[in-house]
Amino acid sequence: MKYLHLVWAGLFRKKARTVLTLLSVMVAFLLFGLLQSVNEAFSAGAEQAQADRLITNSRYSIIEMLPISYLPQIESVPGVKEVAFASWFGGSYQDRPAQFGVFPVQPERYLRAVPEIVLPPEQLERWRETRDGAIVGRSLAERYGWQVGDRVTLVADIWPQRDGNNDWNFEIAGIYASPDAEQNEGALLFQWDYFDEARQFGRGTVGWFIVQVEDPALAEDIAQSIDARFANSTSETKTQTEKAFAQGFARQFGDIGLIVTSILGAVFFTILVLTGNTMAQAVRERIPELAILKTLGFSDRAVLGLVVTEALVLILLGGLLGLALAAGALAALSSALAGFGVQGISASVVVTGVIVMLALGLAVGLPPAWRAMRLKVVDALGGHQ
Amino acid sequence: MSGLIEIRGLTKVYTRGKQKVEALHAVDLDIERGDFVALMGPSGSGKTTLLNLIGGLDSPTSGTISVDGQALERMSSGALARWRAAHVGFVFQFYNLLPVLSAQRNVELPLLLTRLSAAQRRKNAGVALQLVGLADRAQHKPRELSGGQEQRVAIARAIVSDPSLLVCDEPTGDLDRETADEILDLLQMLNREHGKTIVMVTHDPKAAEHARRLVRLDKGSLVPDEAAA
Repeated sequence: MKYLHLVWAGLFRKKARTVLTLLSVMVAFLLFGLLQSVNEAFSAGAEQAQADRLITNSRYSIIEMLPISYLPQIESVPGVKEVAFASWFGGSYQDRPAQFGVFPVQPERYLRAVPEIVLPPEQLERWRETRDGAIVGRSLAERYGWQVGDRVTLVADIWPQRDGNNDWNFEIAGIYASPDAEQNEGALLFQWDYFDEARQFGRGTVGWFIVQVEDPALAEDIAQSIDARFANSTSETKTQTEKAFAQGFARQFGDIGLIVTSILGAVFFTILVLTGNTMAQAVRERIPELAILKTLGFSDRAVLGLVVTEALVLILLGGLLGLALAAGALAALSSALAGFGVQGISASVVVTGVIVMLALGLAVGLPPAWRAMRLKVVDALGGHQ
Repeated sequence: MSGLIEIRGLTKVYTRGKQKVEALHAVDLDIERGDFVALMGPSGSGKTTLLNLIGGLDSPTSGTISVDGQALERMSSGALARWRAAHVGFVFQFYNLLPVLSAQRNVELPLLLTRLSAAQRRKNAGVALQLVGLADRAQHKPRELSGGQEQRVAIARAIVSDPSLLVCDEPTGDLDRETADEILDLLQMLNREHGKTIVMVTHDPKAAEHARRLVRLDKGSLVPDEAAA
């Protein structure tokens, strides 16, 4: 700590250069914070997937529907414990595409197959008895200020009603929690019976089946058995683990992980070259000063430590400012991004960011520090280095 | 006075590219504790090389150099750095202050290598600045000081850790006559009143007059001793 003023003074020897470098590092980590948070949100579904659940959907496309008549056949496959189903509704709310998932489901089946969703019994009862009833996740209800009993209208973009009306009215019958997987609290679930009777087309079909198995170890065999039952039918199936399904679902938007990694790779490579060059130049300019420190008795290691610390402070300062800005930006955009599951910057993004900062700091600091360490005092004072 | 520096058969050979240059050849020299020695000689005579070896900044090719009983030629670079921090103060022709630090912080630099607290470091640096007459300039950066003042700060930095030996390389080479005399008076005061042993390289015969003893070098060898001042 007693060398901190020395590090600080060295760092701001050329203020303009240091501030510009700091800004570029800050922007790099602002991008890192934003992109990594989006990436994390997209892979969160896969992270929270349950090992004992399979998803059966159309073999050819995730948007192709399957007949509801498959339900008893799937139930009859040995090892299957529970089967539920759901469809993608989409829709718009308040003139904007709904920033949350909307799924028609059969209440009892769905809650049995997805036990991490917690709904008070009286609200389940109310939902069951209300034909146009819907339940919403706690975080979604908080976002829009919805209470039980409120009415919500969604405008369909895929599923018009039989009379051509696109407005679907729902009564909030319950507010569920999902303490172990808060990601799930951003959805609206409504009665499949209401959906199936009222929609203009596609009746008797579902988007996908949610299959709970008795033994996760047998999940692979059960998936094969289910798909075998519907082989060569008009609607062949593809059954996979919930994790694989969630990953496939996220990939509809593109391989977010690959895109993020590519962008950040390019950004950090630029930062490495830019900051590395700045540090090398800064040390070159200060060779006589470093020689003086050695003359006064600073050891080779102390000089190495000073230069490396300077690089680390530069990267950490810019990087932490960038992450703080990313956190601010995510908070400001929280309502717009909540539909994608982006809920601010997570601890893991911050920790990964700090690890990247330390690695970058060492990478740009060590080469000039090594040179400073090996400096021969007599040559440096005599202007030979 | 008792012996502080004992040099025997000191030789230093530099390699510059493929060429070998003998900067010092078999030098024998004794310097008493509390002495003020001026090293003079033409350019390339080896006086700065000898000063660097006495100050522990370089190692000899052969021969021995003992300061206060410690054989410098046997020390590793780390041990030499520790020895310099504890026993030697340096004053250079171009002051060599760190431009980003205030006078106070520059003077404190050698004390960063000690176990002194921040408050004690500040206090000691203040005392050193007072001794060189610059207490009121403690917070000024080097660029805000005149050449003479910068050299005074450099002298304060050299004495702040109370070393027994001061090595000065052309300390007045960049100063006008009047300022140079002030700096030399200051060095003389440190020698007479505080008992510092001073070895000073100079081209200036007037500067050498402030020393107690004059040592001449030519082509890497000593020329016979003569009294100065």
